[in-house]
Amino acid sequence: MNEVIQQAAEVAQHAGSVPFVSVFTVFVLAIFVGYYVVWGVTPALHTPLMAVTNALSGIIVVGAMLQAVTIQDQAITATSVIGAIAVFLASINIFGGFAVTERMLDMFRKKKK
Amino acid sequence: MHNLAQYADWAYLIGAVLFILTLRGLSGPSTAIMGNRYGMMGMALAVIATFFAAPNPNVAMIIGAMVLGASIGIYRARTVPMTQMPETVAMMHSLVGLAAVLIAIAAVLHSGEHHDAVHRFELFVGCFIGAITFSASVFAYGKLAAKKWAKSLNGNWVKVVQAVLALAMIGAGAHYFVTESMTSFYAMTGLAIVLGYFWIAPIGGGDMPVVVSLLNSFSGWAAAGIGFTLNNPMLIIAGSLVGSSGAILSYVMCKAMNRSLFNVLFGGFGATAVAGAGEQKEKNYKSGSADDAAFMMGNADSVVIVPGYGLAQARAQNAVKELANVLKEKGVNVRYAIHPVAGRMPGHMNVLLAEADVPYEDVKEMDEINSDFPSTDVVLVIGANDVVNPAAKTDPSSPIFGMPIIEANKARTVMVIKRSMAVGYAGLDNDLFYLDKTMMIFGDAKKVVEDMVKSLTGGGH
Repeated sequence: MNEVIQQAAEVAQHAGSVPFVSVFTVFVLAIFVGYYVVWGVTPALHTPLMAVTNALSGIIVVGAMLQAVTIQDQAITATSVIGAIAVFLASINIFGGFAVTERMLDMFRKKKK
Repeated sequence: MHNLAQYADWAYLIGAVLFILTLRGLSGPSTAIMGNRYGMMGMALAVIATFFAAPNPNVAMIIGAMVLGASIGIYRARTVPMTQMPETVAMMHSLVGLAAVLIAIAAVLHSGEHHDAVHRFELFVGCFIGAITFSASVFAYGKLAAKKWAKSLNGNWVKVVQAVLALAMIGAGAHYFVTESMTSFYAMTGLAIVLGYFWIAPIGGGDMPVVVSLLNSFSGWAAAGIGFTLNNPMLIIAGSLVGSSGAILSYVMCKAMNRSLFNVLFGGFGATAVAGAGEQKEKNYKSGSADDAAFMMGNADSVVIVPGYGLAQARAQNAVKELANVLKEKGVNVRYAIHPVAGRMPGHMNVLLAEADVPYEDVKEMDEINSDFPSTDVVLVIGANDVVNPAAKTDPSSPIFGMPIIEANKARTVMVIKRSMAVGYAGLDNDLFYLDKTMMIFGDAKKVVEDMVKSLTGGGH
């Protein structure tokens, strides 16, 4: 139990080395930006919205790439292989998401002529 | 390399701004395409910057994985029929969830990197959100695609299992947090995957718009969680944007059903509905043929079409568009009324109609068109049921009382295309079907609408 408290204290003090609060500030502000921007999306485009946000969550590819690295001169490690698989999955989302959004939006646009 | 790495954060900033503009673009169909392009640019920028920021990236491996993923993604995007969009979107959510789990595991296994308490906490959160998103989305996919293995679970024991799993998962996570035990980390991930399944399994098909939106939100939070672990602002910003977008959609969907999120997720809808069905009275309805209906619509001034999930099931969108064209040539004012929860995901009907080349301006949201119904000659309901049930307005004992509806019952004549008199998703009878001014047309939506077109084009001489 003492250990848990110690760990918790470590969490609280962490702001010193890595500015956790500044990362958290970014997080909270981004939620607010998202909130106000998404209310502006017209309901007719809610399906494209879901498709494009799917592509955007593919940004997780950045995290995957940071794992698919050479570690201590070892190109193939558990980390790098798992990272590469994650790159693969995220890429399906990125390319698939943007492409299907483009296709849907084209359908909406055609009628404007 | 390290000199270039410091510029990566600037690239991420530009990328994040481009992502915000992407969502901003979706405020209208004319700006949306540009928005989508901004998204692509932001993503490309982030990926390129990461190549420079990553320490010794395994370039061949990464590019190989990307090319493979891109070909599958683009192939699927080009070929998927619009009727299958809900399950496709669910599948994509599961991929984000799985990627988040893999990244968390890869980070934990990363040799030479010690994870302090904050990191362990973030890894724990990112991983379990990802794991739940993954299995829940796979199951949602199965339900939306009507796969046999995606059976609903019923009964109170499910809630007990959910609670036990949740506690065990948190317990295992806490154990990892304290001891850095990999076994606990894997146990937590496994439990989260099982929990995701038990979480979605009891939820019915008609609640899928809420579930899909919610999982959309979750996939965003999973990305943000990984962003915290890796201290990467781009991931955090993009994840939060997606997370709040999905949360808003969930809220909109719940509101359109007059239910709370809690009720959708944890309340069994079936139970109340069965109780109401007990005092079933013998009621009369009128049925007519496609020819009769076509004749009446041809002579009307205004027709409003109300599409529902049945339209998607029957793939009748092109036939409907043709019917609208024939009617318009006869000088009839044809419009469409869309309920927010019509179909299986937000905006499902709009996309189907857009696919069939229906003009954007003819498609109206529920609130826009409801006041026009008293002056509308004919309402044609295709495969919709609960969203036009007047009991939502008039019968306080009805389970759907208070839900906003499309007020089709106020039109002069109502026509309903339906396969049979069977009840809708909520298990309720619909008084609309028994009104004097209502005509039921039984059959497959696509076939009936095609017959109407034939009758209108060939019947004139």
